[in-house]
Amino acid sequence: MMLEMIATFFVAFWLLVGAIFSLVGSIGLLKFNDSMTRLHAPTKVGTVGVGALLVASMIHSYAFGDGWSIHELLIMAFLFVTAPISANFIAKVVIHKKSCETPPPPTKDETWSTLDIPEADREYTKTEKA
Amino acid sequence: MIKAFRWLLPHPFLTLLLTVVWVLLQNSVTSGMVVFGLILGIIIPRATAVWWPDRPLNFRLIPMIPYVLLVMWDILIANVQVAWIVLTRPNSKLRPAWVVIPLDLKQPEAISILAGTITLTPGTVSADLSNEGHSLLVHALDAPNPDEVRDQIKDRYERRLKEIFV
Repeated sequence: MMLEMIATFFVAFWLLVGAIFSLVGSIGLLKFNDSMTRLHAPTKVGTVGVGALLVASMIHSYAFGDGWSIHELLIMAFLFVTAPISANFIAKVVIHKKSCETPPPPTKDETWSTLDIPEADREYTKTEKA
Repeated sequence: MIKAFRWLLPHPFLTLLLTVVWVLLQNSVTSGMVVFGLILGIIIPRATAVWWPDRPLNFRLIPMIPYVLLVMWDILIANVQVAWIVLTRPNSKLRPAWVVIPLDLKQPEAISILAGTITLTPGTVSADLSNEGHSLLVHALDAPNPDEVRDQIKDRYERRLKEIFV
Protein backbone atom coordinates (compact mmCIF):
# COMPACT_ATOMS: atom_id res chain seq x y z
CA MET A 1 0.00 0.00 0.00
CA MET A 2 2.75 2.40 1.07
CA LEU A 3 4.90 1.48 -1.94
CA GLU A 4 2.02 2.07 -4.32
CA MET A 5 1.57 5.54 -2.90
CA ILE A 6 5.27 6.36 -3.30
CA ALA A 7 5.13 5.10 -6.90
CA THR A 8 2.09 7.28 -7.59
CA PHE A 9 3.93 10.33 -6.32
CA PHE A 10 6.97 9.52 -8.45
CA VAL A 11 4.85 9.09 -11.57
CA ALA A 12 3.04 12.36 -10.85
CA PHE A 13 6.34 14.17 -10.29
CA TRP A 14 7.86 13.05 -13.59
CA LEU A 15 4.63 13.78 -15.47
CA LEU A 16 4.71 17.31 -14.05
CA VAL A 17 8.36 17.84 -15.00
CA GLY A 18 7.68 16.64 -18.54
CA ALA A 19 4.57 18.78 -18.84
CA ILE A 20 6.36 21.90 -17.59
CA PHE A 21 9.23 21.52 -20.03
CA SER A 22 6.81 20.87 -22.92
CA LEU A 23 4.88 24.00 -21.93
CA VAL A 24 8.05 26.10 -21.80
CA GLY A 25 9.02 24.77 -25.23
CA SER A 26 5.66 25.79 -26.66
CA ILE A 27 5.85 29.23 -25.02
CA GLY A 28 9.28 29.67 -26.57
CA LEU A 29 7.92 28.69 -29.98
CA LEU A 30 5.22 31.38 -29.67
CA LYS A 31 7.35 34.08 -28.06
CA PHE A 32 10.49 34.27 -30.16
CA ASN A 33 10.26 36.43 -33.24
CA ASP A 34 12.53 34.98 -35.89
CA SER A 35 12.63 31.53 -37.34
CA MET A 36 16.15 30.62 -36.22
CA THR A 37 15.55 31.36 -32.52
CA ARG A 38 12.18 29.61 -32.77
CA LEU A 39 13.94 26.47 -33.84
CA HIS A 40 15.53 26.25 -30.38
CA ALA A 41 12.21 25.62 -28.64
CA PRO A 42 11.27 22.18 -30.10
CA THR A 43 14.74 20.74 -29.42
CA LYS A 44 14.02 21.25 -25.73
CA VAL A 45 10.66 19.52 -25.78
CA GLY A 46 12.21 16.62 -27.65
CA THR A 47 14.78 15.94 -24.96
CA VAL A 48 13.83 16.61 -21.35
CA GLY A 49 10.08 17.02 -21.91
CA VAL A 50 9.55 13.68 -23.62
CA GLY A 51 12.29 12.06 -21.52
CA ALA A 52 10.53 12.85 -18.24
CA LEU A 53 7.19 11.58 -19.60
CA LEU A 54 8.87 8.32 -20.61
CA VAL A 55 10.43 7.95 -17.15
CA ALA A 56 6.93 8.33 -15.70
CA SER A 57 5.67 5.65 -18.08
CA MET A 58 8.47 3.27 -17.05
CA ILE A 59 7.80 3.75 -13.33
CA HIS A 60 4.09 3.26 -13.88
CA SER A 61 4.44 0.01 -15.79
CA TYR A 62 6.88 -1.29 -13.17
CA ALA A 63 4.66 -0.44 -10.21
CA PHE A 64 1.17 -1.07 -11.61
CA GLY A 65 1.61 -2.92 -14.90
CA ASP A 66 3.31 -6.17 -15.70
CA GLY A 67 6.92 -5.58 -14.70
CA TRP A 68 9.75 -3.77 -16.46
CA SER A 69 8.94 -2.01 -19.69
CA ILE A 70 11.91 -1.17 -21.88
CA HIS A 71 10.15 0.18 -24.96
CA GLU A 72 10.72 3.66 -23.57
CA LEU A 73 14.49 3.41 -23.95
CA LEU A 74 13.97 2.63 -27.63
CA ILE A 75 11.62 5.62 -28.09
CA MET A 76 14.25 7.83 -26.45
CA ALA A 77 17.00 6.46 -28.70
CA PHE A 78 14.98 7.01 -31.89
CA LEU A 79 14.04 10.54 -30.81
CA PHE A 80 17.66 11.39 -30.11
CA VAL A 81 18.65 10.16 -33.56
CA THR A 82 15.85 11.83 -35.55
CA ALA A 83 15.36 15.19 -33.76
CA PRO A 84 18.71 16.74 -34.84
CA ILE A 85 18.09 15.76 -38.47
CA SER A 86 14.72 17.51 -38.70
CA ALA A 87 16.14 20.58 -36.91
CA ASN A 88 19.05 20.61 -39.36
CA PHE A 89 16.71 20.50 -42.35
CA ILE A 90 14.54 23.35 -41.02
CA ALA A 91 17.71 25.40 -40.48
CA LYS A 92 18.86 24.64 -44.01
CA VAL A 93 15.52 25.82 -45.43
CA VAL A 94 15.72 29.03 -43.38
CA ILE A 95 19.23 29.72 -44.68
CA HIS A 96 18.22 28.87 -48.24
CA LYS A 97 15.20 31.20 -48.22
CA LYS A 98 17.39 33.93 -46.66
CA SER A 99 14.76 34.67 -44.02
CA CYS A 100 17.48 35.10 -41.39
CA GLU A 101 20.72 36.99 -40.98
CA THR A 102 23.22 35.71 -43.52
CA PRO A 103 25.74 33.54 -41.66
CA PRO A 104 29.41 34.57 -41.62
CA PRO A 105 31.65 32.72 -44.10
CA PRO A 106 33.29 29.50 -42.85
CA THR A 107 36.89 29.71 -41.69
CA LYS A 108 38.18 26.64 -43.54
CA ASP A 109 36.22 26.45 -46.85
CA GLU A 110 34.73 29.02 -49.24
CA THR A 111 31.02 28.83 -48.48
CA TRP A 112 28.25 26.90 -46.70
CA SER A 113 26.81 23.94 -48.54
CA THR A 114 23.28 25.38 -48.56
CA LEU A 115 24.50 28.62 -50.18
CA ASP A 116 26.71 26.72 -52.60
CA ILE A 117 24.53 26.83 -55.72
CA PRO A 118 25.87 24.89 -58.70
CA GLU A 119 26.93 26.92 -61.76
CA ALA A 120 24.04 25.65 -63.90
CA ASP A 121 21.34 26.65 -61.38
CA ARG A 122 22.53 30.21 -60.66
CA GLU A 123 20.72 31.69 -63.64
CA TYR A 124 17.50 30.03 -62.48
CA THR A 125 17.60 31.46 -58.95
CA LYS A 126 18.29 34.96 -60.34
CA THR A 127 15.25 34.90 -62.63
CA GLU A 128 13.11 33.48 -59.86
CA LYS A 129 13.85 36.45 -57.63
CA ALA A 130 13.24 39.04 -60.39
CA MET B 1 38.77 -18.51 -40.55
CA ILE B 2 39.20 -14.79 -39.99
CA LYS B 3 38.10 -14.17 -43.57
CA ALA B 4 34.92 -16.17 -43.06
CA PHE B 5 34.28 -14.25 -39.85
CA ARG B 6 34.79 -10.96 -41.68
CA TRP B 7 32.39 -12.07 -44.41
CA LEU B 8 29.71 -13.15 -41.96
CA LEU B 9 30.09 -10.15 -39.63
CA PRO B 10 31.17 -7.17 -41.74
CA HIS B 11 30.08 -4.83 -38.97
CA PRO B 12 30.09 -6.58 -35.54
CA PHE B 13 28.89 -3.46 -33.74
CA LEU B 14 25.85 -3.13 -36.02
CA THR B 15 25.02 -6.80 -35.38
CA LEU B 16 25.09 -6.16 -31.64
CA LEU B 17 23.01 -3.01 -32.00
CA LEU B 18 20.35 -4.72 -34.13
CA THR B 19 20.08 -7.58 -31.64
CA VAL B 20 19.63 -5.17 -28.73
CA VAL B 21 17.02 -3.13 -30.63
CA TRP B 22 15.12 -6.32 -31.54
CA VAL B 23 15.05 -7.48 -27.91
CA LEU B 24 13.92 -4.01 -26.77
CA LEU B 25 11.14 -4.04 -29.38
CA GLN B 26 9.88 -7.35 -28.02
CA ASN B 27 9.81 -5.83 -24.53
CA SER B 28 10.87 -9.14 -22.95
CA VAL B 29 14.23 -10.89 -22.75
CA THR B 30 13.75 -14.53 -23.73
CA SER B 31 16.36 -16.79 -25.31
CA GLY B 32 14.22 -17.32 -28.43
CA MET B 33 14.01 -13.61 -29.08
CA VAL B 34 17.75 -13.13 -28.51
CA VAL B 35 18.54 -15.88 -31.04
CA PHE B 36 16.11 -14.43 -33.57
CA GLY B 37 17.60 -10.99 -33.00
CA LEU B 38 21.08 -12.41 -33.62
CA ILE B 39 19.89 -13.97 -36.88
CA LEU B 40 18.47 -10.61 -37.99
CA GLY B 41 21.65 -8.91 -36.81
CA ILE B 42 23.73 -11.15 -39.06
CA ILE B 43 21.45 -11.05 -42.11
CA ILE B 44 20.78 -7.29 -42.25
CA PRO B 45 24.43 -6.05 -42.15
CA ARG B 46 25.37 -8.76 -44.67
CA ALA B 47 22.54 -7.77 -47.03
CA THR B 48 23.22 -4.03 -46.79
CA ALA B 49 27.05 -4.18 -46.77
CA VAL B 50 27.15 -2.88 -50.37
CA TRP B 51 25.83 0.51 -49.29
CA TRP B 52 28.51 1.38 -46.74
CA PRO B 53 31.90 0.65 -48.25
CA ASP B 54 33.92 3.04 -46.08
CA ARG B 55 32.71 2.70 -42.52
CA PRO B 56 34.95 3.86 -39.64
CA LEU B 57 36.96 0.80 -38.75
CA ASN B 58 38.80 2.21 -35.75
CA PHE B 59 35.98 3.03 -33.41
CA ARG B 60 36.33 2.69 -29.65
CA LEU B 61 33.30 1.81 -27.58
CA ILE B 62 34.70 2.32 -24.07
CA PRO B 63 35.32 6.12 -24.25
CA MET B 64 31.84 6.43 -25.81
CA ILE B 65 30.16 5.63 -22.46
CA PRO B 66 31.47 8.64 -20.46
CA TYR B 67 30.78 10.80 -23.52
CA VAL B 68 27.10 9.76 -23.60
CA LEU B 69 26.78 10.37 -19.84
CA LEU B 70 28.42 13.81 -20.18
CA VAL B 71 26.06 14.76 -23.02
CA MET B 72 23.00 13.65 -21.02
CA TRP B 73 24.14 15.73 -18.03
CA ASP B 74 24.73 18.75 -20.28
CA ILE B 75 21.27 18.34 -21.82
CA LEU B 76 19.71 18.48 -18.34
CA ILE B 77 21.67 21.57 -17.24
CA ALA B 78 21.19 23.44 -20.52
CA ASN B 79 17.45 22.66 -20.53
CA VAL B 80 17.01 24.48 -17.25
CA GLN B 81 19.11 27.42 -18.47
CA VAL B 82 17.14 27.74 -21.71
CA ALA B 83 13.80 27.38 -19.92
CA TRP B 84 14.91 30.28 -17.70
CA ILE B 85 15.82 32.37 -20.76
CA VAL B 86 12.46 31.61 -22.42
CA LEU B 87 10.45 32.57 -19.35
CA THR B 88 12.33 35.63 -18.11
CA ARG B 89 14.25 37.27 -20.97
CA PRO B 90 12.35 39.68 -23.26
CA ASN B 91 13.05 39.27 -26.98
CA SER B 92 14.84 42.61 -27.21
CA LYS B 93 17.49 41.49 -24.74
CA LEU B 94 18.17 38.22 -26.53
CA ARG B 95 21.48 38.03 -28.38
CA PRO B 96 21.27 35.22 -30.96
CA ALA B 97 24.44 34.63 -32.95
CA TRP B 98 25.99 32.49 -35.64
CA VAL B 99 28.99 30.51 -34.48
CA VAL B 100 31.47 29.07 -36.96
CA ILE B 101 33.32 25.99 -35.76
CA PRO B 102 36.40 24.87 -37.71
CA LEU B 103 36.42 21.06 -37.56
CA ASP B 104 39.40 18.86 -36.79
CA LEU B 105 37.31 15.72 -37.19
CA LYS B 106 37.50 13.98 -40.56
CA GLN B 107 35.08 11.01 -40.49
CA PRO B 108 31.51 11.82 -41.56
CA GLU B 109 30.17 9.64 -38.70
CA ALA B 110 32.14 11.64 -36.12
CA ILE B 111 30.95 14.95 -37.61
CA SER B 112 27.32 13.84 -37.57
CA ILE B 113 27.62 12.75 -33.92
CA LEU B 114 29.09 16.17 -33.08
CA ALA B 115 26.30 17.95 -34.99
CA GLY B 116 23.67 15.83 -33.25
CA THR B 117 25.18 16.56 -29.85
CA ILE B 118 25.16 20.29 -30.57
CA THR B 119 21.50 20.23 -31.59
CA LEU B 120 20.40 18.11 -28.61
CA THR B 121 21.99 20.43 -26.06
CA PRO B 122 19.48 23.28 -25.90
CA GLY B 123 20.72 26.74 -26.75
CA THR B 124 22.62 25.65 -29.83
CA VAL B 125 21.44 24.18 -33.14
CA SER B 126 23.83 22.96 -35.81
CA ALA B 127 22.58 24.50 -39.02
CA ASP B 128 24.92 23.75 -41.89
CA LEU B 129 28.20 22.28 -43.01
CA SER B 130 30.63 24.04 -45.35
CA ASN B 131 30.80 22.76 -48.93
CA GLU B 132 33.97 20.75 -48.32
CA GLY B 133 32.93 19.62 -44.85
CA HIS B 134 35.63 21.36 -42.80
CA SER B 135 33.50 23.85 -40.86
CA LEU B 136 30.24 23.59 -38.96
CA LEU B 137 27.70 26.41 -38.72
CA VAL B 138 25.96 26.62 -35.35
CA HIS B 139 23.20 28.96 -34.27
CA ALA B 140 23.25 29.96 -30.61
CA LEU B 141 20.11 31.21 -28.88
CA ASP B 142 21.84 33.57 -26.48
CA ALA B 143 25.54 34.13 -26.96
CA PRO B 144 26.98 37.48 -25.93
CA ASN B 145 30.38 36.07 -26.84
CA PRO B 146 30.31 33.64 -29.83
CA ASP B 147 34.02 32.77 -29.47
CA GLU B 148 33.34 31.39 -26.01
CA VAL B 149 30.63 29.04 -27.37
CA ARG B 150 33.00 27.87 -30.10
CA ASP B 151 35.84 27.15 -27.67
CA GLN B 152 33.48 25.33 -25.31
CA ILE B 153 32.13 23.03 -28.04
CA LYS B 154 35.63 22.34 -29.35
CA ASP B 155 37.02 21.57 -25.92
CA ARG B 156 34.08 19.72 -24.43
CA TYR B 157 32.78 17.57 -27.30
CA GLU B 158 35.17 17.58 -30.23
CA ARG B 159 38.23 16.75 -28.15
CA ARG B 160 36.44 13.73 -26.68
CA LEU B 161 35.14 12.60 -30.08
CA LYS B 162 38.70 12.70 -31.41
CA GLU B 163 39.60 10.14 -28.76
CA ILE B 164 36.68 7.91 -29.79
CA PHE B 165 37.33 7.98 -33.56
CA VAL B 166 41.10 7.59 -33.69
